[in-house]
Amino acid sequence: MPSTSSDKGPFKTVTGLAAAMREENIDTDIIFPARFLLITARSGLGEYAFHDRRFDAQGKEVPGFVLNSEQFREAPVIVAGANFGSGSSREQAVWALLGRGTRVVISSSFGEIFYSNCLRNGVLPILLPQDDVAALMEAAQSGAVFTADLETQELRVDGQGARTFSIPAERRMAMLNGWDETDQIINQYSPAIDAFEQGQRRVQPWLYQEEQDA
Amino acid sequence: MTALRTLYEKLWDSHVVAELPGGDSLLYIDRHIVHEVSSPQAFVAMRESGRKLRRPETHLGVADHAVPTRTRGGEIPDPQARAQVAELEGNVAEFGVPYADLTGPEQGIVHVIGPETGFTLPGTTVVCGDSHTTTHGAFGALAFGIGASEQGTVMAAQALPQGKARTMKVELVGKRHPLIDAKDIALALIARIGAHGAVGHAVEYVGPAIAGMAMSERMTLCNMTIEAGSRMGMVAPDEVTFAYLKGRRLAPRGAAWEAATAYWRTLASDPGAAYDRIVTLDLDLIEPQVSWGTSPNQTLPIGAMVPSPAAIADASERRETEKALAYMGLEAGQPLSSVAIDHVFIGSCTNGRIEDLRAAARIAQGRKVADGVRAIVVPGSAATRALAEAEGLDHIFRDAGFEWRFAGCSMCVAMNEDRLAPGERCASTSNRNFEGRQGPGGRTHLMSPAMAAAAAVSGHLADVRDFA
Ligand code: SF4
Repeated sequence: MPSTSSDKGPFKTVTGLAAAMREENIDTDIIFPARFLLITARSGLGEYAFHDRRFDAQGKEVPGFVLNSEQFREAPVIVAGANFGSGSSREQAVWALLGRGTRVVISSSFGEIFYSNCLRNGVLPILLPQDDVAALMEAAQSGAVFTADLETQELRVDGQGARTFSIPAERRMAMLNGWDETDQIINQYSPAIDAFEQGQRRVQPWLYQEEQDA
Repeated sequence: MTALRTLYEKLWDSHVVAELPGGDSLLYIDRHIVHEVSSPQAFVAMRESGRKLRRPETHLGVADHAVPTRTRGGEIPDPQARAQVAELEGNVAEFGVPYADLTGPEQGIVHVIGPETGFTLPGTTVVCGDSHTTTHGAFGALAFGIGASEQGTVMAAQALPQGKARTMKVELVGKRHPLIDAKDIALALIARIGAHGAVGHAVEYVGPAIAGMAMSERMTLCNMTIEAGSRMGMVAPDEVTFAYLKGRRLAPRGAAWEAATAYWRTLASDPGAAYDRIVTLDLDLIEPQVSWGTSPNQTLPIGAMVPSPAAIADASERRETEKALAYMGLEAGQPLSSVAIDHVFIGSCTNGRIEDLRAAARIAQGRKVADGVRAIVVPGSAATRALAEAEGLDHIFRDAGFEWRFAGCSMCVAMNEDRLAPGERCASTSNRNFEGRQGPGGRTHLMSPAMAAAAAVSGHLADVRDFA
């Protein structure tokens, strides 16, 4: 099922088909072309996901693109070539994926900012060795059903053994529970932040001189 | 006896607020730069949760990505861009964030004005909703790009959970040809280690060539570090850094300046400190570089031929090459120097500084932009533009047939009217040659400012050394 938004909802398991994108270096400009960044909303961006791959200059669907195929149009999983999500910091790339129903992305490497943006928005980025990704690519194309289980950190695929993956512990807890990171930090660490500032004020007082040119 | 530490480790250690249970650390954030495109959703989150900025004065707002560069002042023609700038202006006013006004003397690209105003300082953590925040690492700062959700966290909490990176030392040895620019070095490095060659690493540039480099070139190197996959590039602060910063509006003054420089001197990596990975680049061997493909690692010396997929053994690399050549409209085996161009873009946070404009002007001086080529020069900031005009560079460019624009990101990201039409080819000093980066269907060749000027006057990709 494509979900329209869900940054705060808990993430436990996702089950469904996987769209295979063999290509490497699918950067954030491919996932969400810059010209759509003029839109300041964060919902409703699904239609722009992979826009210039999905549509030709006339706005017609490009038949060969996997997300335009009948079978994989609504696949909640993407298996991609190396360096998926490289490039810009735009969180729109993740919001657009979410908007079209992508909840799990699998690759042998990710752009780092994209990776952390995924975790903050309930999209699960699964990092696996290249050989595994290649095998999963085949499975995806043959229509195997994928289940990503964040609780057990296991990826189960029809006809294949389970593979384990790992997600940083705090991020995993936050995703499983649908916690808001900012709230968590303010609630738990405000005293530590106060203390840090007091210490830094002694070592680098110039960082606290608000009005340099007064 | 304390352990020997690298610059990165010193910056990291001095910003840890708390160790988090899962192994990440909560890092204190000293500086946050805010632009119109990536920040709206962060301000919405602040408003919805009723939060205030913890330290408004540690943020700096500016509009750069979507702003027109043909004219400045008056109404922005594109309604979406106009709305986005207006939203930023409303947000900075509401939340008390210092703002570099669009028509004021400090407007410019986030990564150009941070350093120019002295907002970026050694020993600090600097973030921005922009991946090229790596640029500020040139000052010995821990600087990295973040997403909009993280921006909201920084605004409210002044801190961000981060995992510690591995360290990578890039050692520049040898002596470069005088026309070899930091951009050539950066492109050669990315071609060598790959577009994800530095993922997970904090990169530090060292070596005698660094000591002799102006801040502008150090910034170019650090700027391009993200194109190798690393969120952080850095250079230890030294006398060159201090000379650049002294007297900048937000730099410390008087006794505070003395105390600050004394502190900054302690940041350099300890001799003998260990790195997880070391890459050595011999500058003697580096020639002027141009990218031929759609990823920055698809770069070759200007004297080379367009690569031939048939000659590539690795299947995935062959596919990537075929795909790139098809998109770029290039023939395998064609000399790169024969590739005709339609556009030239000189500017961006990579190469929009005064030194870059001077380098391009030296080639443009007394020459003409080739027939059929449209060339624009877009200074990285209003201050850079004013300085260039004081030096007469605008005349050199205009006389040669270049357009002289107002500051902004412009054709680096194609969010304003400066963009390529499908199939058009551009010699560009920006940082990304991704598909559609300069407009849907547009084709980008990355290079140094002098190389871009050489292409402009030649009408095709050209070797700047032929213009010496
Ligand atoms: S000039 Fe280009 S890379 Fe730099 S901040 Fe602007 S859009 Fe980003």
